[in-house]
Amino acid sequence: MSPGSGLMMLGEITLGHYLALSGLLFLVGLAGVLLRRSLLIVMMSLELLLNAANLALVAAARFKGIPDPQVAVFFVITVAAAEVAVGLAILVAIFRLKKTTSAEDFAALKF
Amino acid sequence: MTAVAGDLTSRNPRKITRMEQFFFWSLAVGLLAAATAVVTLRNPVTNAVCLVVALVFQAALFITLEATFLAAVQVIVYAGAVMVLFLFVIMLLDVKAEARRPIPWPKVAAVLVGAAAVVAGVPKLVAAFPAAREPLRWSAQSTPFGAKELGALLFTSYAPLFLATGVLLLVATIGVVVLCRRDPGS
Repeated sequence: MSPGSGLMMLGEITLGHYLALSGLLFLVGLAGVLLRRSLLIVMMSLELLLNAANLALVAAARFKGIPDPQVAVFFVITVAAAEVAVGLAILVAIFRLKKTTSAEDFAALKF
Repeated sequence: MTAVAGDLTSRNPRKITRMEQFFFWSLAVGLLAAATAVVTLRNPVTNAVCLVVALVFQAALFITLEATFLAAVQVIVYAGAVMVLFLFVIMLLDVKAEARRPIPWPKVAAVLVGAAAVVAGVPKLVAAFPAAREPLRWSAQSTPFGAKELGALLFTSYAPLFLATGVLLLVATIGVVVLCRRDPGS
């Protein structure tokens, strides 16, 4: 047994490893979106969801040896930046009206 | 990075495999820990800082996948610009740490059941694609995609999308200014 054989027993890193990590990250983010009340935290969890998708795309690009998925990731990052800007602007506008960022207090459109 | 990796591969394939494993597992654990902290902690500033940590871990994972340009973009745009935006809003709104409230057990249980279903499904999914079990080795042969390759694609095949992104950013900027004006009437 050579040193570091403990790591060797885990097997070589495959595309499946990256996809599983991406799935787990998506789950963590989804739990945040579903369970948290603070809209700020919900938006941070949305970023985690986008990042999980990005990780899967980059792993696919590496696996297939093509750069196209990386271009998609580039667009996702751009759109995410725009989404955060607009989302936070809405949050600021809503905070001025209601003095809170908790999702429970924004139920005006609920039936 | 590829040159170094190629050098190592020719010298000692076992060593490079161990290095890959070390980087993947440590970065994966760090990323998931930071993400969990984002979702569970209560002070918004702590959440934002944990999100920065998670994004940096993700950038490091991009480097292990030889996406060096995207790693740089990730740090500059996400960990830099987007997180500054978040922190600014947290400071501006003077958001207090969320008050403790009873944990919504039915919802937590629902999320855990969903998580268990997905975790159980992933091995099946991987088993369905035999190719997904082939090792992704760092090698001298693989081509890293840097700014040059991505730029060439962006300005040829994806040029219309690239222009549309510009319009999107402009619309978003105008939208933010309109949304945050003090007196929308004038």
